[in-house]
Formats: sequence, structure tokens, C-alpha cells
Amino acid sequence: MKKDQTIGEVLRERGISRRSFLKFCASTASLMALPPSMIPVIAATLEKARRPSVIWLSFQECTGCTESITRSDSSTLEDLIFNVISLDYHHTLQACAGHFAEHIREQVIKDNAGKYILIVDGSIPVKDGGVYSTIAGMSNEQILKETAAHAAAIVAVGTCSAYGGIPKADPNPTGAVSVSDLIKDKPIVNVPGCPPIPNVITGVLVQFLTFGLPELDALGRPKAFYGQSIHDRCYRRPFYDKGLFADSFDDEGARKGWCLYKLGCKGPTTYNACATEKWNFGTSFPIQAGHPCLGCSEPDFWDAGSFYSALSTPTENIGKTAIYATAGGLLAGAAIGGVLRARKQAAVKAHQRVTIDDLDKES
Amino acid sequence: MTDAEFLLWVRGPAFNIALFIMLAGIVVRFMEILLMGRKTNLAEARGSEMAGGLNTIWRRTLPDADTFRRSGFTIIAGNVFHIGLFVVIFLFVPHILVFERLFGVSWAGLPSNIVDATTVVTIVALLAVLVHRVKDPVLRMLSNFSDYLAWLVTILPLITGWLAFNRVGLSGSTLIGLHILSVELLMVLFPFTKLSHAFTLVLARWYNGAIAGYKGVQS
Ligand code: SF4
Repeated sequence: MKKDQTIGEVLRERGISRRSFLKFCASTASLMALPPSMIPVIAATLEKARRPSVIWLSFQECTGCTESITRSDSSTLEDLIFNVISLDYHHTLQACAGHFAEHIREQVIKDNAGKYILIVDGSIPVKDGGVYSTIAGMSNEQILKETAAHAAAIVAVGTCSAYGGIPKADPNPTGAVSVSDLIKDKPIVNVPGCPPIPNVITGVLVQFLTFGLPELDALGRPKAFYGQSIHDRCYRRPFYDKGLFADSFDDEGARKGWCLYKLGCKGPTTYNACATEKWNFGTSFPIQAGHPCLGCSEPDFWDAGSFYSALSTPTENIGKTAIYATAGGLLAGAAIGGVLRARKQAAVKAHQRVTIDDLDKES
Repeated sequence: MTDAEFLLWVRGPAFNIALFIMLAGIVVRFMEILLMGRKTNLAEARGSEMAGGLNTIWRRTLPDADTFRRSGFTIIAGNVFHIGLFVVIFLFVPHILVFERLFGVSWAGLPSNIVDATTVVTIVALLAVLVHRVKDPVLRMLSNFSDYLAWLVTILPLITGWLAFNRVGLSGSTLIGLHILSVELLMVLFPFTKLSHAFTLVLARWYNGAIAGYKGVQS
């Protein structure tokens, strides 16, 4: 594949038909909730766009995000996207290793300065000089800063790189932080999820190539994919509204497919496309499989109380609080009550009795 | 603070603080009343204190015809928002889950959309009593800051709860967080404003009834 080819040229060279390309554009448009009239626009723009060079850096992560984006065989959209970007550096997917691999990264930065897209998965440990994760003798923070310096934009894939994720979970032993905690001068698009939906990762890239930097929500996520909560698009929502809930994982409610709120569902506070986009080629998503949403695309989801306690319930040990409060109340009540009683008795004592003599006295 | 952190804070430390203040406050208020004690009545009893007390606790719940004629609006609107509050607080499933965590017991709830409709009726009734309070010259004169404060902290959780349930405007976490926070405000002020009548009313009615019962008269 020659450098600087347009995506259209690459597709033609690889024998991908116009029909399947348009199909890809149509599903991307529907993923972004765009009207059908936008399909030709996406197609035309994508065809003319240059295949951007992409550097993918993996830090403190479990490779689940990469697993997610590679969950595709040759005929899927995801694969198509691998044809439209030039993935030049990726630990898990690249064939080369050692100095050679690092050399490629440096070369890509040099050749494409200001033009390449940097994708990051995994959080960055900053405690103790970043010793908890190093690559080629460099800390993750050093590599990130060096690579980000000349990137056109950064896509933080997965909750770890977007918000710190599981490595940041209390007590955060490695001092894990997100990409946006360290990089302040580049456009950053967060694509959180543990892992994110494959089509959403690729969809964000297409959106980026077609329309430029997408519109983001307050947490840096593209609104096209993270604009609605799981709860608002959940097919179990009618049961929530009717007050029909599963009480356990195998009761009648669970079998009838009722709402999983009581079992700890975080759908009402979670923004992601699972309920509409689904997983494994649109087969299912956690709630459909009978498990409450964990809220994995939200910051600190790991520390948001138990996965299995309902959203409305307190997260701390309230039994203890109740005991301390009652004990404290009894003590304070006894003290205040004692003072009031003493005052009352003093008032009774100070009360001057009127005698017959007093009444006889002439004033 | 992100909205996720905000929600975590209101469900965690803030709820703990509010619960502590509310429970300790209620215990203090009870102790204050009970420790003050009552003067021993040296007169001979002409009836039962207990029967009079219990009877009054019940009887004061029902308006007599005369009071109804004079303050029909207050009684109807008052009953509507009190029953509404009961339904909304105790029969909404996500709330029952909180009580279950607190007391270890749970009960059946109502369909969420019925609670939703009840919330609207309760809000309307509370607005009506506020308008009445401001318009009626006598009531207005009798009202002070704490009356308006009690009204505000009662209606706020209803409004924020309705917004959270219907998911209006802000993000899910922010809406639920604001709702819980408004409930915490209510919890903190509960023992120290006239809202404490929710638990002192039983004592007050009992004392009234018992005094009358002892004298052998109707209270
Ligand atoms: S299962 Fe979860 S997301 Fe679906 S309606 Fe119930 S609470 Fe909402």
C-alpha cells in the first residue's frame, strides 16, 4: 500500500465494492443518528480523505480494548476501517519488536508531524516516577508526552485512558491518571467503555475523518455515540416505569425480563450506545443477557459502590452511623435535657410565694 | 467535581452526615420533651390517661365538622399533600430500597408512573398551600422564615425527584445527585424545624388527651 493514498484509492485497490462501501457509510450514519441524506456526504468525504497514520499506545491496560476493536473478521466494518487508517504502531498487533518497533514510532512522528492520530488505551501511572509501567526504558508518561507533542488529535480509547479506569480504582497504588490529566494542549476525544463497543471505536474514527473533531459532552465523549443513557434506550424501560423489578438473578421477574434496577443497574447514570448498538455483531448487551449495567463508560465506575446495590441506596455503612447518631443523640439529649430541667427547677425555686401578709402590706 | 463524583459524594459521606444529624436530632428532641417531665397531678383521677391519650392521637387525625367548615381548604390541601408525601416517600421502589438498607425490612411498592402522577399532585397541593399562606392576611402575619424554609425543603425533593425520574435537562447522575442532596437538606433540617411534628405529634396529642382523660373530660 502506497503512502498518501486516499481512502477511495485504497478501497478500489483492495477490490472492495462501492456497494459494500456505501453499506458501511450507511451503518456509520445510522450509528451517529444522522439522516440518510448524509450517507453520500460521508461516502464522498471518506473517499477523498487521506489515510491517516495512526500510532496506538498501550499503557496500564488489559488489552480488552484491542480485543474489542479486533473482534471482527474480514468482512466487517471494523476491518474496513483497518483499511482506511494506516495503523503504524500497536504493541499487540505489530510484527516487529524492540528497538525496531520504537524506531518506527519515532519515524512516524517525524514523517507525519502534526498529521497523525494518536490512540491511547490504558491509564498512565505517575507515582514514584512512573516506574510501574515502562516501555523501552521510558515511562508511560514520557512516551505519551513525546508522541502527543506532534499528534493532530488524540483518541483515548477505553475508560482507563479516558478517566483512569480500573488502575485508578481506590487506593490507586500506581497513581494512575487519564490522558487528559496529562495532555492539555491537544484535542482529545474520549471513547470510554470497559471495553468500548468496537463499532463505536471505529465510528468515532470515521466521524473524525469525515467531519473533523466531533461534538463532545462534558466528559469529552462524542455526543453522537454517548448522547443518550442506557436507561433511556433500554428495552426493559417499560418495566421500570410500571414498577416491575427482578429481585434476584433467578426469580420470576428475572425470567420475565423485568427491570434490573434493584440488582444494581447503573443504566440511569450511564451514557453509552450498548442498548442500541449492542455487542458481538448486534447480538446482545449485558442487560439483555440478564446482568445489570456496571456503568463502565463513566468515570470511577469501579468505586461507585457495589455493582449490585441499587443506585438510590447509600454507599457507606449506614448501620454504624445510625448507632453512633443514636448514642450521640442520647448523650447530647441527656445534657440538654438536664440543663432544661435545672432551669425549670431554678425557676420554681425562684418563684416568690405570696402570703396573706404580703397582701395585707400597704404599698 | 465531575457529576459521577458528585453522585458518589451525595450517596456516601453526605448521606452519612445527614443521617447522623437527623437521627441524633430526633433523639435529642425526644429527650428534651421527655426529660422535662410533668408535674404530678395530686387530684384524684376521674378517668384513664392512657385511653384519653390514645383516643386523642386518633381523633385529631379526623377534622370535626366545625373546623372543616372554617378551614376546609387547609384540611383538604393538607391531607392531599400529606398522603401524597406518604405515597411518594414510602411506596416508590427505589426509596423502599433505601429503607431496606436502613431497617432491613422491605414492602411492596406502587407502579412508578402512579408515584410520578402522585408527585405532581403533591407539588400542586404544596403550591396551593403556599399561595393560601401568602394571600390570607392572618396566616401571612403568623408566618415566619422557618415556615417558608420548611415548605421549601419539603417541595425541593419532590421537584428534583420528578425531574430525575423524568430525566429532564441535566445528566442522569446530576439529576439523581441533586435529588439525593435535596433530601439530605430535608433530613438535616427535619428535627430542628416544624417538620419535627412528624414525630412529636404523637407525644403532643398523647399529652393533651392524657390530661383530659385524667380529668375525665373529652379532649
Ligand atoms: S434494566 Fe437498567 S437501564 Fe434498563 S430500565 Fe432497568 S434500570 Fe434502566
